[in-house]
Amino acid sequence: MQQNSIAKLGNIGIYVVNDLGRMGLYLLQAIQGCFRRPFRFAEFLHQMHFIGVGSLVVIFFTAASTGMVLGLQGYYSLHKFGAEGWLGSAVSLTLIMELGPVLTALMVAGRAGSAMCAELGIMRISEQIDALDCMAVDPFRYLISPKFLAALISVPLLTAVFDVVGIAGGYVAGVKLMGVNPGSYYEGMRSSVTNHDIWLGLVKSFVFGLLVVWICTGRGYFVHQIRGAGFGAQSVSRVTTQAVVLSSISVLIFDYLLTAVLI
Amino acid sequence: MNDIAIEFKNVEKSFVREDGHRQVILDKVNFTIPTSKTTVIAGGSGQGKSVTLKLVLGLMQVDAGQIFVAGKESSRMRGRELEELRTRFGVLFQGAALFDSLTVFENVALPLRERTKKTEKEIRDQVLSTLDQLELLGHEEKFPAQLSGGMKKRAGLARALQLKPEIMLFDEPTTGLDPVMTQEIYHLFARTQKQLGYTSIIVSHDIPKVFNLADQVIVLYNGGMDIFPSPEAIQWSQKPHIKEFVKTTMGEIYQSHLVEK
Repeated sequence: MQQNSIAKLGNIGIYVVNDLGRMGLYLLQAIQGCFRRPFRFAEFLHQMHFIGVGSLVVIFFTAASTGMVLGLQGYYSLHKFGAEGWLGSAVSLTLIMELGPVLTALMVAGRAGSAMCAELGIMRISEQIDALDCMAVDPFRYLISPKFLAALISVPLLTAVFDVVGIAGGYVAGVKLMGVNPGSYYEGMRSSVTNHDIWLGLVKSFVFGLLVVWICTGRGYFVHQIRGAGFGAQSVSRVTTQAVVLSSISVLIFDYLLTAVLI
Repeated sequence: MNDIAIEFKNVEKSFVREDGHRQVILDKVNFTIPTSKTTVIAGGSGQGKSVTLKLVLGLMQVDAGQIFVAGKESSRMRGRELEELRTRFGVLFQGAALFDSLTVFENVALPLRERTKKTEKEIRDQVLSTLDQLELLGHEEKFPAQLSGGMKKRAGLARALQLKPEIMLFDEPTTGLDPVMTQEIYHLFARTQKQLGYTSIIVSHDIPKVFNLADQVIVLYNGGMDIFPSPEAIQWSQKPHIKEFVKTTMGEIYQSHLVEK
């Protein structure tokens, strides 16, 4: 019995090491694929449209509501100390350094990441990826690398949109609704946000974009090799859920790590 | 030209199941596939038919042993070398494996666009000519979801033939087709093989119909295999598992003259 449990534990250990190795090699091949010719520019633009333009609405609403809530909450807290003038600084720093990159990555994971995972998963179980291999067409260059490049460019851009809309939302709630002085809102933001803060947000959004596209496409690509996922349509649905959860958790963990290292 | 298209030498392949048990699929398997002939690989479910195809294509690696394609060892090939080798193959997958988001024309044109330097006009001419041969002209702008089972197989065959393969692999080509369509697909295989002269490997459990095409039959059974120079030879085998296989797959049509009166 005890021997059996140890064997099971060993099996799980081997699977985890295998899986990490597989995903590591996958990342390398996807990056290599970005430099292989011929480059699929039309597919890259298509993915930019899907990940970037397609996520604008959800990013806009999330940013507006987050910014407005921050404006209201910030006003409520700062008002107690008579420091409403710092509202612009609090809202903008929170958005640029933390909430902008994190919430953008979570939204992209939920909207585009899940779709990319399911698409590749279905292509895998219906042997479309095998068919590419058999035609000697590199699936990384053909399918995956355009998604990587598009995500690496789109996520930082979407984060920038999130920051601007969020700050505007904070302005509406703090200045227009609660009556904070518009000049002090703007000046608070201008004086406290440094280039380093913007750079930190940019680095985070780039890393989060990489995590989301890596985990979501990688899980879909290896849908047939994932332990306990089952087979067919069920495996795709389970792995898609797993990919979104895993990429969201990775974003949160890396958020802390990057803040600790770069701040 | 080499008389042997593909050779398996002591090939072993097994899988570790989720509960940790090892399942042996191929156990020191040896066989050769002659050039320009049709070999049918038969056997029950889970006996390693599709695994054999994937090993030939390099989509899976052997645990031990060697596979030779046209005299070159393919089982250790990687990267560019493997890519080059795969250009010799054409594959028709069980579900045709057409790209859902591309039209029939784009699907068939894909290998030409990706692997050759042909102009768009040359590609268009070649694709339309193949579609014409396979009676798919007029359907080139349809998506795979709008095609019937038989049309999907024909479109898959059209795509597989674009790079003029030396070896065609068919994975369960008639699964899900009605008997009339099955017969049509077999006629099509025979016709295209006659025209192009490729070596054909058909993995199928559509027995005995698929035997009409076969020059040689390989039966996989419990990790081992038996090779028969003709479909008729299977019926005279005295091995108990082959007798059982013949009885369960061929039924009364082939069994009638074996039964003692």
